[in-house]
Amino acid sequence: MEEMLAAVREYVIDEYVEDDSEVTYDTPLISGGIVDSFSMVSLKRFLENKYNISIPDDKATPEAFDSINKICVLVKEYIG
Amino acid sequence: MAYSDKTRGMYSDILTGLQDAGLFKMERYIHSPQAAEIEVEFPTGSSLKKVINICANNYLGLSSHPDVVKAAHEGLDSHGYGMSSVRFICGTQDIHRRLENMVSGFLGTEDTILFPSCMDANAGIFEAVLTKDDVMISDRLVHASIIDGIRLCSAMHDTFKHSDMAHLESKLQLHHDRRLKMVITDGVFSMDGDTAKLDEMAALCETYNALLFVDESHASGFIGKTGRGTHEKYGVMDKVDIITTTFGKGLGGASGGCVSGRKELVEMCRQKARPYLFSNTIAPPVVSGVIKVLEILSANTELRDKLEINTEFWRKGLTEAGFVLKDGDTPIVPVMLFNAKLSQDVSRGLYEEGIYAIGFFFPVVPQGQARIRTQISAGHEIHHLEKALDAFTKVGKKYNILGKSKQEIIEMYGM
Repeated sequence: MEEMLAAVREYVIDEYVEDDSEVTYDTPLISGGIVDSFSMVSLKRFLENKYNISIPDDKATPEAFDSINKICVLVKEYIG
Repeated sequence: MAYSDKTRGMYSDILTGLQDAGLFKMERYIHSPQAAEIEVEFPTGSSLKKVINICANNYLGLSSHPDVVKAAHEGLDSHGYGMSSVRFICGTQDIHRRLENMVSGFLGTEDTILFPSCMDANAGIFEAVLTKDDVMISDRLVHASIIDGIRLCSAMHDTFKHSDMAHLESKLQLHHDRRLKMVITDGVFSMDGDTAKLDEMAALCETYNALLFVDESHASGFIGKTGRGTHEKYGVMDKVDIITTTFGKGLGGASGGCVSGRKELVEMCRQKARPYLFSNTIAPPVVSGVIKVLEILSANTELRDKLEINTEFWRKGLTEAGFVLKDGDTPIVPVMLFNAKLSQDVSRGLYEEGIYAIGFFFPVVPQGQARIRTQISAGHEIHHLEKALDAFTKVGKKYNILGKSKQEIIEMYGM
């Protein structure tokens, strides 16, 4: 789990953070304005490609993607 | 009554909240035609004040050009005031099609379709040509009207960091499996005044088999050697698949917009774009005015050349005075102040000195990026710009920001 958390955090910072803001595993991503709802698609596709899974659109909600911890919980469901 | 006191109170609270947050927009009444010098009533009820306008989109000074006004009068006489119909019922005149053909010739495209505004063009284009099997990949700083158009389209949407070509390429690779990929950008970005790297974007689109969409609203008529736009500046006039632009800025400043590009895509708009299908198009006098604008701009490059000279003079003057500017070479020259209140104070100070320029702050621009966006026009004479520079220098001295770096200004006034 720790490896996945670190990998997702690295992606989120590289993809979305353009200043020195700190991003923890619990930082609100969508509701905190770091990731806009448009940009969620690249995060979803990153997760699907990296972990070879398919996340249904109705599960890829702003709530489910709102922190790195929540994202990893969701991903683990589909890794099986 | 459905509009109860409770409902009224709810909206009053929202509006009060906007005022308290400093986000309430106030209109200033202008009593003269749009020009380099205008007569303004501000605050409302006060006597008129003659000021130099450096915040209009009147890039070519054509908004009140006598030939354009005359052409609009003639169009009104020959073709009437309104059409009382959408295009495909009985709302298309010969001059509408003539203007479409002229725009295609001017921009170097295959075909053009008029829209009531460029906001409508951007609202209609994506859903008319894309489906859920496709992907739209847009620059993160594209105009709000493009974002609205994207929201109306069922295609997947992703973004790339502003003008970051490596990031764009990674997104084109990520979405390689979509039926169609469309890369979406502004030609000139309205808040920063920088231009999209269309040569690099066109090359990436060729490599990854993607369509290229450019909104040229802040470019048409003056960017590029003959004013055709950003695609001319970067030498890719035949590589852009869709251009949207407005007639409400440089091209006369009245109203209306269009989609111009590959003929099949334009035809898809004619068949499917909802703002085209369900709204009247541009009124005949305005169509006649825009036709005259394109005739003027096609005859010679005098106006865009003058605009270029004015812009160089203005940018050099502000730089020498010691202001922090956004880099660029377009007539949009943002004077960076970083702090929202400072931007309002400087705007007010300029107005007292006879200069009309508006402060922009969050959420119109990112937090900590407050600025005065100045916009230069071919309608300005050098004496207008000299007076405006004097005013900027005076107000800049008052707030002790001349010669100061971004960091120093932030230390004095905060973000």
